Amino acid sequence: MSSEAINRNRAVDWSLRAYIVLSYAFVFAPIAASFVFSLNSDRFPSIPLGHFSLEWYQAVASDPLVWQGLGNTLVIGVIVGVISTLLGFGAAYTDYRYNFFGKQVYLALALLPPTIPVIIMGLAMLAFLSRIDLSGRAISVIIAHVVICAPFAMAIIRLRLSQMDPALEPAAWNLGASEWATMRHVIVPFTKPAIFGALFITMAVSFDEFAIAWFVSGLNETLPVKVLGFLQGQVSPRINAIGTFVFVISMTLVILAQVLLSGRTGPTAADKE
Amino acid sequence: MRRAISLYGLTFSLPLLVWQLLFFVFPLAFLVALSFWTVKNFTMRPDFDPVNWVTMFGKPVFWQAYGTTVALAASASALASVLAFPCSYAITFKLSDSARRWAIFLMVIPFFTSYLVRVYSWQIFLSDAGIVNVILGWFGLGPYSMLNTPGATMVGYMTLSLPLVILLQLFSLVFIDRTLIEAAHNMRCGRLRTVFEVVIPSARVGLVIAALFCFILTFGDFVSPVYLGGGDPTTLSILITDTTKSGQQWPRAAVIALTMIGTLLAVAFLAVRFAYAGQAKGARK
Repeated sequence: MSSEAINRNRAVDWSLRAYIVLSYAFVFAPIAASFVFSLNSDRFPSIPLGHFSLEWYQAVASDPLVWQGLGNTLVIGVIVGVISTLLGFGAAYTDYRYNFFGKQVYLALALLPPTIPVIIMGLAMLAFLSRIDLSGRAISVIIAHVVICAPFAMAIIRLRLSQMDPALEPAAWNLGASEWATMRHVIVPFTKPAIFGALFITMAVSFDEFAIAWFVSGLNETLPVKVLGFLQGQVSPRINAIGTFVFVISMTLVILAQVLLSGRTGPTAADKE
Repeated sequence: MRRAISLYGLTFSLPLLVWQLLFFVFPLAFLVALSFWTVKNFTMRPDFDPVNWVTMFGKPVFWQAYGTTVALAASASALASVLAFPCSYAITFKLSDSARRWAIFLMVIPFFTSYLVRVYSWQIFLSDAGIVNVILGWFGLGPYSMLNTPGATMVGYMTLSLPLVILLQLFSLVFIDRTLIEAAHNMRCGRLRTVFEVVIPSARVGLVIAALFCFILTFGDFVSPVYLGGGDPTTLSILITDTTKSGQQWPRAAVIALTMIGTLLAVAFLAVRFAYAGQAKGARK
């Protein structure tokens, strides 16, 4: 791109670059601080720093409620990831392949849920699920999380399908493959990176969701709900320790997704280089 | 190629449809029904009584919270748009392709960190003996009490929305036809004038959508107003959590939630209209 030729004023360029750095500093300050203070001894964190300490990690590790929360989060996250990805794949394929009356409504249902404020979703879910005796259990959180996670899976997989040569599927049919065989041998292999990408991203979204989970989980609290509890009660740097730990898990998932989505996308990505 | 409905097609399209109908449309529809239920002796019973609507709309605290929430969310959208624009502009036009890819990747990271943890982290920065006051103290300033103020709420709102606003602005700026900018420069259009008369109008849809998402996010957020703003003044989201968690007044909470949805729909409609109004010049009116 030849944008260099357009603007030449160095002072403006450098102050804009400095502004980028400032913006990123604002966004990453709380993330970095949480990591630093998770390893710091002070009960009421500030600067100058106290000494290096693992006590908050130890406090967290010896709290059975935290382990229970982590267990719930992991189980729920994996199940949510799998269901959301399956539903999202189906919806993405439907959008890719079919035109039908009411498709706009279908797509709205498939994509809109994340734009509804979580607090309203939480209330609606709590009221509805307790009506059908499904509230206060792990399955309540799973049901609610799939609603907001499936759209992400659908968007990711749809993006991959849009890179597929539209002639590929009809070519397989012409060669005698059934629709099911084409799905299995052409479509699924082609979208595989996106399928796993969607799986990891939806798991990560579920790991961090606290508001809806807070409303519907009852006693089966997930880890983020536990953190909310810490914030409400005995605020302590344990939050930082949990936050850092969850951050590492989430980032591992996101980076795995990123590698899958960009690493082996084949000719389409390479063409752009 | 149009085909009749087949088992194959339904296998893929139906599951999501059924799930979202059952667990997205039904709960929201149930919220409408719930808002007409009555509560007697701490138990809810199905009814068709507008009492909750009348009670809630007759409460000064509800309208005060409504005003506060709209004002906070609107200021947050304006602030986030203004703060994000120079950043997304600079990333689009002043960075190399690979630096831009890194910038985008980095801006995605905050979405996968716990918002709660970041808000707690801001408490460490903003509290009376916190990092900001210590640094100000080195220059003989302060200490100022910053926590539990609307300003702190705004910091939380920016934490929540700035990454999304920057990314959305970025995606609209990247697609601007650069020959337009070059043309403006060739015709000796000044730098700032180019930004306001070429760049911003070209990216208008994306910029408005970014502000809209910021409004949606902050309008429904209860974490920043409670844990950074101190819960005072009350916002609608705080009102919902209090009303829901403190007993059986779910029908009233439903009234608040539905009012919020109505407001969001109206705001989204106006924003989208405004975003596309400039596109068909002259077509308007």
